[in-house]
Amino acid sequence: MNTKTLKLPQKARQNIIRALIYTGLVLWAIAVLFPFYWMLMTSFKSYGEYNGESVPSLLVSSPTFDNFLNAFTAVNLGRYLLNTLVFTVVTTLGMLVVTVFAAYSFARISFKGKALAFTLLLSLMMIPTELVVITNFVTVTELDLRNTMLGLVLPSVTSVFYIYLLKENFSQVPEELYLAAKVDGTGDLKYLFKVMVPICKPTVVTITILKAIECWNSYVWPRLITDDETMYLVSNGIQQIREGGFGRENIPAMMAAVVIISLPLIAVFLIFRNKIMEGVARGGTKG
Amino acid sequence: MKQNNLKGWLYLLPAFLFLGVFLVYPLIDVFIYSFEEGFNFASQTSFGVGFYNYAYVLSDPYFLQALKNTFILVLITVPVSTLLALLISVGLASIKKLRKLFQTIYFLPYVTNTLAVGIVFMLLFAKTDYTDGMVNLFLGLFGIDPIDFINGPYWAKMLVLCVYTVWIVLPFKILVLTSALASVNQSYYDAAMVDGTRKLRMFTKITLPMISPMLFYLIITGFIGAFKAYSDAVALFGTNLNAKEMNTIVGYIYDMLYGDSGGYPSFASAAAIILFVIVLTITCVNLYVSRKKVHY
Repeated sequence: MNTKTLKLPQKARQNIIRALIYTGLVLWAIAVLFPFYWMLMTSFKSYGEYNGESVPSLLVSSPTFDNFLNAFTAVNLGRYLLNTLVFTVVTTLGMLVVTVFAAYSFARISFKGKALAFTLLLSLMMIPTELVVITNFVTVTELDLRNTMLGLVLPSVTSVFYIYLLKENFSQVPEELYLAAKVDGTGDLKYLFKVMVPICKPTVVTITILKAIECWNSYVWPRLITDDETMYLVSNGIQQIREGGFGRENIPAMMAAVVIISLPLIAVFLIFRNKIMEGVARGGTKG
Repeated sequence: MKQNNLKGWLYLLPAFLFLGVFLVYPLIDVFIYSFEEGFNFASQTSFGVGFYNYAYVLSDPYFLQALKNTFILVLITVPVSTLLALLISVGLASIKKLRKLFQTIYFLPYVTNTLAVGIVFMLLFAKTDYTDGMVNLFLGLFGIDPIDFINGPYWAKMLVLCVYTVWIVLPFKILVLTSALASVNQSYYDAAMVDGTRKLRMFTKITLPMISPMLFYLIITGFIGAFKAYSDAVALFGTNLNAKEMNTIVGYIYDMLYGDSGGYPSFASAAAIILFVIVLTITCVNLYVSRKKVHY
């Protein structure tokens, strides 16, 4: 009897603590989700409905798809999306080729100056983009590459960190496989793409997704290098839409554009959730 | 093993070509720019060499405003976001049901376009002629008068910027701390349980020391990231940040390079190097402190 009366408050206390923890977690989940909910809901409101509400409503009374049509007809959102898609695919592919070869060279081929080259590479990781963007801007301008896809892509191709990440993974593949392949007369190139890349596929996929996200969201470099609206990427496009696309007051249409820009990323995230979170935890930072 | 010099360098060539042109050369060049006085972009000429660019930047009111904004932003968001992330991850670690779902939701801001979602924040906080906005409506429940967060007083604008920055940086910190907490060896807790140690004491004596390396990693990267704040401010206040008194150091660099007041790569370079020196100093201080406090 005595032990029971002692146990009960203990258990009650634990329940209270658990309830507090869940409340806190739910509150933050709401703080995260609310902006998404609000933009989705607003994108289905008609212009009249939105502006008729002096007290914003959390529900839509008569949902409409007009805003989404507007986003493609009234402003150049289709063009921005296409530019961003091309930019993302080309940059990511370029990054993959460069990274795979460099990582393989560091992991498997022995050559003079390798240690020095690798140290040099690692020290480059510390250079902030802000420092080099100025000269890159001048370089690209002088090469007459402003407002071209090439000018957008070239400085964005290499990522020192991804070379490092893939090299570490390549190094874990047993050396014996390489020697066996050598005995069989398999060349380096064939070995790289038939053995190494398939074995290290998880890492290759991870860096591909992380780079693609980075490209889709990039803002600073595209802003510097494009002032021709037909070359805008989505980040600059949305800024353009905001400052003069639909007219400042057509907020539902603006929200439709925001939804269209955000959806591809959220879809990719939900599909590759584990890969992305694992990759970011291993050392990705934003920007 | 057989040396294969040619092949080794050949495989490295693309990477080093790109890095050389777009990373190493610019790094050297930015120092040269910053010391060339009166550099003219059109004629590619300069008067001489000296510290004039630095003196100009350091006495430019816009730069001082940007410096002040950036420091306030750093000093508020780094501690707040780190503590909040710690609180949330400890909460996450102590539950079993719905943990995956919460983790997924919390990570969402990481994969969103800063510019696009920033507009949503701007609208939620804005007070216009038509409506007081969602946030003011909520604050009204507590009897607070509507505040114009986007075009209003300085502290209100700074508050929105801080809120948005914390919202954006939290996913990364929660993720890192959650995996750090998961990697703490369970047997330490078991031993402490046997000794009848209290929960709070277990947290300060076992959990915190065990995750302290990751915590310091987050603080260091948090400082570096916050000093480079820029696109969050653009998302909230538009591209003309100087007019809104909301510019950041990075914003100042880009404005000097390009934009309405642009065309001065020398001033931009000087500002970039000042930023680099600040970040380097803070990082060194952080590393020094962490060496004394962190248990490896």
